[in-house]
Amino acid sequence: MTDVTENLPALKDEALNAIAEASDLSALDAVRVAELGKKGRISGLMKTLGKMSPEERQEMGPRLNGLRNEVAAAIDARKAALETAALNAKLESERVDLTLPPRPEPVGALHPVMQVFEEIAAIFGEMGFAVAEGPDIEDDFHNFTALNFPEGHPAREDHDTFFMHPDENGVRKVLRTHTSPVQIRTMMSEKPPIRVIIPGRVYRKDWDATHTPMFHQVEGLVIDKTTHMGHLKQCLTDFLAAFFEVETAETRFRPHFFPFTEPSAEMDVRCDRSGDTIKVGEGDSWLEILGSGMVHPNVLRNVGLDPDEYQGFAFGMGVDRLAMLKYGMPDLRPYFEADVDWISHYGFKPWLLPSLSGGLS
Amino acid sequence: MKFSLSWLQDYLTTDASLDEIVEAMILAGLEVEEVENPAEKLAAFTIAKVTKAEQHPDADKLRVCTVDTKDGEKQIVCGAPNARAGMTAVYAPLGAYIPGLDFALDAKPRKLRGVESHGMMCSANELEIGEDHDGIIDLEGDHEVGTPIAEILGLNDPVIDFEVTPNRPDWLGVTGIARDLAATGIGKLKIAEIKPVKGNFPCPVQIRTEDETACPVFMGRVIRGVKNGPSPEWMQKRLKAIGINPKTMLVDVTNYVSFDRCRPLHAYDAGKLKGDVVARLGAEGETLDALDDKTYDITPDMCVIADESGVIGLGGVMGGLSTASQPETVDVFIESALFDPMRTARTGRATGIISDARYRNERGIDPASCQEGLDLATQLIIDQCGGEPSEIVVAGAIPDAQEPVIFKPRDMKRLTGVDMTAKRMTQILKTLGFEVTPETKLTDDSWKVSVPSYRRDIVQSADIVEELIRIEGFDALPTESLPRETATTRMVVTPMQARIRTARRVMAARGFLEAVTWSFMDKNKAACFTGGADGLKTSLMVDNPIASELNYMRPSAIANLAVAAQKNIDHGADEIRLFEAGPIYLDDSPKGQRSVITALVRPRPARHWAAGDAPYDVFAAKADLFALLGALDQPGDRFQIGEAPNAAWHPGRAGVLKLGPKNVVATFGELHPALLKELDVDGPMIGFELILDALPVPKSKGGKTKQRLEKAELTPVRRDFAFLVSKSTAAADLVRAAAGADKKLITGARVFDVYTGQGVPEDKVSIAIEIVLQPRDKTLTDEDIDQVSNNVVKAVEKAVGGVLRA
Repeated sequence: MTDVTENLPALKDEALNAIAEASDLSALDAVRVAELGKKGRISGLMKTLGKMSPEERQEMGPRLNGLRNEVAAAIDARKAALETAALNAKLESERVDLTLPPRPEPVGALHPVMQVFEEIAAIFGEMGFAVAEGPDIEDDFHNFTALNFPEGHPAREDHDTFFMHPDENGVRKVLRTHTSPVQIRTMMSEKPPIRVIIPGRVYRKDWDATHTPMFHQVEGLVIDKTTHMGHLKQCLTDFLAAFFEVETAETRFRPHFFPFTEPSAEMDVRCDRSGDTIKVGEGDSWLEILGSGMVHPNVLRNVGLDPDEYQGFAFGMGVDRLAMLKYGMPDLRPYFEADVDWISHYGFKPWLLPSLSGGLS
Repeated sequence: MKFSLSWLQDYLTTDASLDEIVEAMILAGLEVEEVENPAEKLAAFTIAKVTKAEQHPDADKLRVCTVDTKDGEKQIVCGAPNARAGMTAVYAPLGAYIPGLDFALDAKPRKLRGVESHGMMCSANELEIGEDHDGIIDLEGDHEVGTPIAEILGLNDPVIDFEVTPNRPDWLGVTGIARDLAATGIGKLKIAEIKPVKGNFPCPVQIRTEDETACPVFMGRVIRGVKNGPSPEWMQKRLKAIGINPKTMLVDVTNYVSFDRCRPLHAYDAGKLKGDVVARLGAEGETLDALDDKTYDITPDMCVIADESGVIGLGGVMGGLSTASQPETVDVFIESALFDPMRTARTGRATGIISDARYRNERGIDPASCQEGLDLATQLIIDQCGGEPSEIVVAGAIPDAQEPVIFKPRDMKRLTGVDMTAKRMTQILKTLGFEVTPETKLTDDSWKVSVPSYRRDIVQSADIVEELIRIEGFDALPTESLPRETATTRMVVTPMQARIRTARRVMAARGFLEAVTWSFMDKNKAACFTGGADGLKTSLMVDNPIASELNYMRPSAIANLAVAAQKNIDHGADEIRLFEAGPIYLDDSPKGQRSVITALVRPRPARHWAAGDAPYDVFAAKADLFALLGALDQPGDRFQIGEAPNAAWHPGRAGVLKLGPKNVVATFGELHPALLKELDVDGPMIGFELILDALPVPKSKGGKTKQRLEKAELTPVRRDFAFLVSKSTAAADLVRAAAGADKKLITGARVFDVYTGQGVPEDKVSIAIEIVLQPRDKTLTDEDIDQVSNNVVKAVEKAVGGVLRA
């Protein structure tokens, strides 16, 4: 009995030393088995408790239990330390050079003119305009006659307008020269009140530094019984301020001539030309932005509306140029060249969905 | 249209400054394009007197002059041969910009062969006021030193250039401009009445018009015994100011009246006319040697002026050489006529002649100006050249004045929102030459307004409204926002427009750059998409293309993208991924135009240090296409795959997606090498074209509520199978058969390996698939799984003859 008691401290030191010296998990496990396993030393001592007298047991019980717990705790602690060390070693072996480049991923972009179409739709959408569309290959009626273009008007000539090959009756369709034929289509298919904008591709026979044979327009049309030129003026002034994202845009309306409007007006916006780029909203210059006017009574008659009852305004603007003005592209021609550098530079991120409340650009 | 300020002031009494006049023009619709003041360019140059001119000590051709200038006495070294003491010259101080030489003098005196020169004396050529460059300007007369040269030359007369809209030919005469400006209130109109000039003898030239639609009225007169020569200085100055070189009085007077009154005239040498002068339609085979020294072929569509010698002029466009007035002309015949504007325009376009006469006649000329212009020209000629006028002869008749317009004053407020008093309306209309009297006001709501002969563009009430608001100024318009129709904003895009928006964003998010390319292409290249040239439609050919490679409406957008990709590659770009959202054209009807999303990739093997990525191929294109379809709520598995549709696509590595046997929704895959060759681009190129119109519109289920999610509680079981099938078997058929073996239990089936080679017979391929079994009510037993597996094997065997690989 005394032997056991006297040997306990040495036994403990021996076990703790073995634990401390275990250099890996398997060595540590061997210590565990040797001390705490079924046939281990400490387990063996524990078994002797049963044969002891109650008094002896009362004294030795706690001491042996204490020893066992102490050794078990030391094993757990050593195990955790060894595991951490092993994990650290594994992680260290997995180290990579983080300065290496990631896997390449192509980066896409949206064409600025298509984005500007959406910006314009977002603004007019707030004013209750729907979006209407029509075909690029038009007939003479929709592109010219119904819009009050007289016979012999220069726009009806080969010089200015693209015509399709004549059909068996000698009739030639035309590549629409403006988005205005969709005005006619809309008025002939819908009952007033009408508020639409009409974006699209248009075609004119011009190709130089400032003209391309295909370009983009947005047309607007309001038809009801009360809309007058004061509405036209405010609507387009509001549009411009929203489009150029300025507090206010000062506009100037000048009389002009278009076959399909009467009275007709061109709209200028105040701008500053003193720098490299034109700045809209301030300055002492004017910049022509669009053509507009009250829908011509002949046009209303041509679509079967009584000009004494119905009235409204129409306008049309070149979208490519508006995009240039807003975003500073210096030249029109690259719009249609699909140059990857140009699209990446001037293009828009796909998650930008223009809206007035969420941000236009 | 150009005119000078002093010319305008002949007809407009005004104190307004040049800037105010320009502003008034712009706001009245006369869009000023340029204002040029020649005096500004010459501001630095003043009169100087040469008091001494001595030979330069070291240069034979130079003289050292002492010059009395506005800056005091100056020493100027001059190389002009005519430099001499006592002359009156034009002095340019140091630093002055010399327009004719396009450089500025140094600000500090320069030494010429050792002698300092403090300025320069200029030639006419150096000041761009004449051709003479042999010597410096040597002015006659007594001019004070320091007087601006512009003042002496009478060049202090700004010239305004503005755009004339096609409805306003009256603005092509200075009087017409003055009238509109007077109406704006900036000045007072003062156009003196033109007094008829009485003829002293019957006109010896007989005239006729044979076609009164082509030439409704033709009038003229002879002035005999004129002494032709230079026109008066004031007339020459005005013509020069607007860029017309003066010639002789007889020519200058026709130009002058043309710009003064918008009344083109023509002056013939009466001595050269043979027989009657006739306005008639041309005949095939006739020609005209015109004043521009070119010969024109006449067609029956043209209105010509002819005498017995044949055609002597193109009516309203240009006269002929043979009968034109000459400096030595003694008897002149002046023509003043009206020509059909449309025919004049056609003749102008057919001949390509651009003349001031054509420009006016094709816009339509005031019929009343026929005689007024003739009388004005007669008086000017007699005043300058003497001579005796004949009586006027007239063929045809001046067209009737147009009907008065019924104007409804309420239209003013209705169309413009502007309240304008009847008094103000009447005042504006009167100053513009319209006639409104108390008697012509039928009622307060309906006025009968007489329209002046020079305003044939005014035919209805809205036209009058435009005149009123134009002169009142658009600043008077009220500013009213359009009333809102609904409290919140409605959705304004159609399902198709929404599709395009989504599709564009999906493509850009997947790494594609959005291009916009021409709607047209080369018809030879288009033929690759139409089954050869026979498949092209004449209705899609552009009759007058701007370039031969843009002569057909594209049946596909992918060729344009391929060409664009090549251009980028030629510029050194790496892998190219382009897409376009645009139209293609199957026929010339509105329905024949389809909206497509077209994508094109010119791949390059990925060169990444971790490697392993396969280059973009047909299956990558298919992945992009299916991702796009998925974003449009069109799951890819609803489509069938078909053969490549035409010779533009690789027959084995491209195909179509169909919904049913006829509805082709998309084409995808590699482009055919033959197409690449035709387009002159380097392959491979891979892509797809999705026809958005061909996709069904998802049915609205009423309301926005989604179906409840059925999430399975039990864990799914996966089983792999490998089948040997013949090489011609479509994997999709195998998968479909397997998935159909137990529609309830099998929730997924996909190919994970395709193998040929060792262990697989030559004509076979091994396709390995994974089947997912989703138990619903209870965990699957081994027997259950064996049962399903057996059914899968049987189904595959039955459908495609597949044998389970041992």
